[in-house]
Parts: sequence; C-alpha cells; structure tokens
Amino acid sequence: MSLIETIQNKYNEFSAVAGNGLLGNMRAKAFEHYNKLGIPTSKNEEWKYTRITPLTNKNFELHTTAVLPSKEVLNDIRLQAECAAELFFINGVFVKEISSFDKDALVVLSLNEAAESEYKNYVQQHLNQSSKYMKDGLHALNAAFVANGLFVLVKKNKALQKPVFIYHLTDTNNDNVFVQPRTLFVVEENAQVQLIELYKNNGLQESFTNEVIEIVVQQNARFEYYKVQDENENCHHVGTTHVQQVGKCFTHCVTITLNGGTVRNNINMILEAPNNEGHLYGLYIINGKTHVDNHSIVDNIEPNCFSNEFYKGIMDGNSTGVFNGKIFVRQDAQKTNAYQSNKNILMSDTASVNAKPQLEIFADDVKCSHGCTVGQLDEDALFYLRARGLDEKQAKAFLLHAFAADILEQVKPEALHTYLEKKIDERLNVDAL
Amino acid sequence: MLEIKNLHAQIEDKKILNGIDLQINAGEVHAIMGPNGSGKSTLASVLAGRKDYEVTEGSVEFDGVDLLEMAPEERAREGLFLAFQYPIEIPGVSTTNFLKTAVNEVRKHRGLESLDAVSFLKLMKERMKLVKIDQSLTSRSLNEGFSGGEKKRNEIFQMAMLEPKLAILDETDSGLDIDALRIVADGVNTLKRKDNAVLLITHYQRLLDYIIPDFVHVLYKGRIVKSGGKELALELEEKGYDFIKQEVAEEV
Repeated sequence: MSLIETIQNKYNEFSAVAGNGLLGNMRAKAFEHYNKLGIPTSKNEEWKYTRITPLTNKNFELHTTAVLPSKEVLNDIRLQAECAAELFFINGVFVKEISSFDKDALVVLSLNEAAESEYKNYVQQHLNQSSKYMKDGLHALNAAFVANGLFVLVKKNKALQKPVFIYHLTDTNNDNVFVQPRTLFVVEENAQVQLIELYKNNGLQESFTNEVIEIVVQQNARFEYYKVQDENENCHHVGTTHVQQVGKCFTHCVTITLNGGTVRNNINMILEAPNNEGHLYGLYIINGKTHVDNHSIVDNIEPNCFSNEFYKGIMDGNSTGVFNGKIFVRQDAQKTNAYQSNKNILMSDTASVNAKPQLEIFADDVKCSHGCTVGQLDEDALFYLRARGLDEKQAKAFLLHAFAADILEQVKPEALHTYLEKKIDERLNVDAL
Repeated sequence: MLEIKNLHAQIEDKKILNGIDLQINAGEVHAIMGPNGSGKSTLASVLAGRKDYEVTEGSVEFDGVDLLEMAPEERAREGLFLAFQYPIEIPGVSTTNFLKTAVNEVRKHRGLESLDAVSFLKLMKERMKLVKIDQSLTSRSLNEGFSGGEKKRNEIFQMAMLEPKLAILDETDSGLDIDALRIVADGVNTLKRKDNAVLLITHYQRLLDYIIPDFVHVLYKGRIVKSGGKELALELEEKGYDFIKQEVAEEV
C-alpha cells in the first residue's frame, strides 16, 4: 500500500481515538487542507528541486503510538552531556515516560495535555502559526495527525546553563516508517535556552520524517537552536522550524546535515517586534545520493530588525544541494538590516547545487545583501600544503575543515561542538588535525 | 644533489624554459639572477611540482632519483623545499596543526618516529627564535593577515622546521626591509650545513650581501647565459641586466 493510501486509511481511525477539543478541530481542518493540496510536486515553485512524490508512492507504515526501544539503543543515541532536559520522540511520538527535565525551569507536557492545561492559551495562539507561511500538503498533513506532540515552556526569567535535548529516533528494524513529530516550544520573557534537536536512526529499512516545530520567543529572551541530522541514507526528512520572535529578542539557529536520503529543511524566522535580532547558520556535508534542500524565510515585519544568514555546503559523489533563501522586508520594516550568504564547494563532477536567493522589499530605508558562490577547492592553497609534504587527501581535509569551521564555531554548546567536530573530521578523513 | 639537464618547460603554449643545465652539490649556495620574465620563478615552480607547467624536454635528478616523476608532497618529503614568492593565506588552517602534520609526514618518510605534541612544541619554540617569529603568529591561521615580512619569515620558519636537503628561496628578499632581510638571511645561514644546499632566486644583488653564494647564474629568456662566482652578482648590480642582454645579442 502506498503512503498516500495508508494516510487515508489511518486518519479516521486515529481521529476517533484522539478525541475532539482544540486539537481535534485543528486536525480536521488540516486534513481537509491536505486533501485539497496534496503532496507537493516539482511543479510547485517551492519544491522545484526536491522531489517527494517518489517517496509517498512507496509503502510506509504510519505509527501513531511508540514502541519503546531497548535501553542500549536509547543510550547509544544520547550525547551523554550535562543537560537541562532529555526529551525523546520515538517514531514521531513524544514519550514522556523516558524523558526527563529540570522542573524548576521547564514545563514539559504532551500537546494533548497542554491543550487542556493552564498553558492552553499558548497552544491556541501559537500552534500551527507556521501554516501562514507553509502552504503545502505535507505541512498540513503533520497538523492532521497532531496529538502526541511535545509542549515545552521555558519559564519567565529562567536562564538555563545547560542545553535542552530533543532526540528523534526512527526505529526501522521492522518496517518502513512514516513519522510526524510535532513540537511547540515557548521561551518566556527574559528566559535563555539552548535547544538541540538530534535525529538518529536504528534499523535498515527506510524512514520518512515529516516534522514541524514551532518556537515562540518573547521579550528579552535568548534562544539558540541546533538541528543536527546524522541519520543514514535511508532516512528522508522534511522538517519545518518556525521561529516567531514576538518581542524584542535574540535568536541563533544552526542547521547541520551530515547524512540522509532526501532532506528538506524549512526554517522560518519571523521578526514581528521592532529591534529583533536573528541569526541563521547552516552546514551540509554530503556524499552519495544524498539530497539536501535548505529553504529559509526571514520575514522582517517591524522596524530596526537585524538578520544574518550564512550557509555552507560541501558536496561529493552524486549528492545534490539546494539553498533557497527568501527575505521579506515589509512596508513598516524601515531600517532593516538583512544579510544572506551561501557558499558551496563541489568535490566531484557529479555533485551539484542549486542556489536561489530571493529578496522582496517593500520598505525604502533598508540594508540588504545576498551572495552565493559555487566552486572547487583553491588549487594554489592545495599546492602550498602539498609542497610542505601533505598528501592530496590530507591537504583537502585541511581546507575542507577550514571551510566548515566558520559554521562549526557557531555551535556554542561544548558537548555538541566536540561531537560535531569529531563527526566532521571522520567525514573529511582527518586523522592528524 | 640536484642535476638539471636541458630542461624545457611551458605554460599552456608559451615556452618559458629553453634548456637549463644546472648542477648543485651538497654544501653549496647557488644564486640565480635575471631580469623580469626570464623564467626564474617558473624554474622554482617546476622544481616544486606545480602542475600548471608542462615539462617538454630534459630531466631533473634529485639525489639520483627522477624528480619530475614525483608528486609535490613526495618532493617535499625527499627534502626539497620551496619558500614561496607569494605565500598563500589559508584562513581556518592553523599554522601549528598544519606544520605538525607536515613535519611528521616528512619524518615518517625518513623513517623517524612522529613527534608528540610536547616535543613538537619544543622544536617549534626553538626554531621560532631563529627567525624571530612571535608565538602569536603560529597560533593564527596560516599566513592570514600576515604582513609581507611576516609571511616571508614564516616561510623560513617552515624551512627550519622541515630541515630540507635543498631549499629554493623564490625572491624571498622582495618586499623585505633591511631588518627583515637580515633576519631571513641569518636564519638561512644558521641552517646551512655541509649536507644541504640552497638555491636563491633573486632579482637584486642585495640579498647576496647577507647570504654569500658560491655560484651565481644569470637566467635570460629561459636559459642560463652566464655563470660565475659571487663577483658576477656585483658586476650585474653595477652594469644592470642590459650588458647581459647585449652579450647574448652579440653571440647570436
């Protein structure tokens, strides 16, 4: 049975069990939406370079409850670092029983619980706000199955010293799985937090993750976000990270893709209060047939906002990269500073990248820039290193490592930085650095 | 040590070296001088193995082995060192890490054990003194933001670390003020031994006041047209390159 058919079969069954209320209404509307829009094809301008339909024609099991993996498997995916929370999604379902968190600073609930709790307002106001920007069937499909998602709130004035980890494990030991994690993450006034989302896989079958995470950042808060994809080439991923900066605040988001099948990362940064500041960074180091599409929207709505976007990619083998960066500067957003840059290195003749910067500016007093480069490693630099006794492989590794370093240094949590440095060194074959 | 016979080289279709013969023995310092465009830097690049140049004729033996067959890194490991005329800035690559890898690759090739971090840093400190390089330079990215003088001193520092058999200094004197020139020359002189050799490539005689050559060769239109002792450099300084050009014209 194709995924498309499975979805139709599962929806009613799931909806009956999941109940009505706030989320029930949302699901119904979203499912209607999904049926109308369907899975985006490459005829859709936003999906021109990333083909999803071959996946949706395949057979995937849609799981709405989680089967817990063994302790060993869980331990294996953990970073073993000090943290403020460890939250687990198993095949797209948030599992509270195995999650732990600092109760003094954080509220952690399932979305179902949150919708009935004192935090109901947050759910009502902010859940699915991203649908204003993401007008495609896949995004709607995630909302159509929303229930066992995650709600996190960082309490007012709490500055967390250690990161919050969200681990996403896809268990593909028994069948191909289609999973749909959903998170609403609220950072209240004056709070500070580092959020790390790590994607891991266990098993040899295929997985297809369709994730949405929405983040609300309030006045004077500071939010750092790290999305790290380190699954195998059988793992496909479409994810939307939607950051809504509702008060004057600071955000810093880094997306790192080290491997995967077909990967699409949407990230939206909505600067809806004056004097907002946001940074978006990304690094993709890919090989084989991996396809990675980074799609960003920076929406400057109010005046005096600053945003900076910097993505780098290294593509080898037959891999393909896409960078699509859209910046809106709305009419009231005077004195906007918005910068965007994308740099790519192609390591083989068969790797390719499509880069597309888009600026839509409706205000007249703004500073915006965008730039994009695609190239090979600098021959002169390679020769210089080789003339000192480094072989070609070592010389390339040095240069690639240096290329990636710009983004890697934006990864502030020490444990994650060390982990990534090691992973990247392995990928680039660096023994002696 | 180095034996160049009838070496012809070109870049794309442009012939630059037109039959060079040169023999350098252990313990010797040779200087190659010549006007702009005579092929000095091309010779250095061909010897170091830059692939933009095509050798069309002739041979180069380094300690009895065919140099031209070797990859650039093999030449370096065999003990050939080129101090670049324009050292490349490589942002993000730390001088220390890079040099540690280079030194250990060369040591491995010579059958020596790798240096551990402690002995490497000790060696580095010792050799830094030789060219009066500040520690802050080696903790920075390779040549990034270095002044012209710092870059040249960094080349000699790398040479001191790698202890080559044959060092080729490609216009290391250009752009150096007199103090920096003296530091560079002192470094080269200190590293000079009976079992190694130096090939200086320079446009001006100035450097040769500090590093005294045993032989001076004049390169013109891709050939060595005149060889002599150190006094030839002084003659060139006095008369300019025109007299060479005249002599060559008369021969024809």
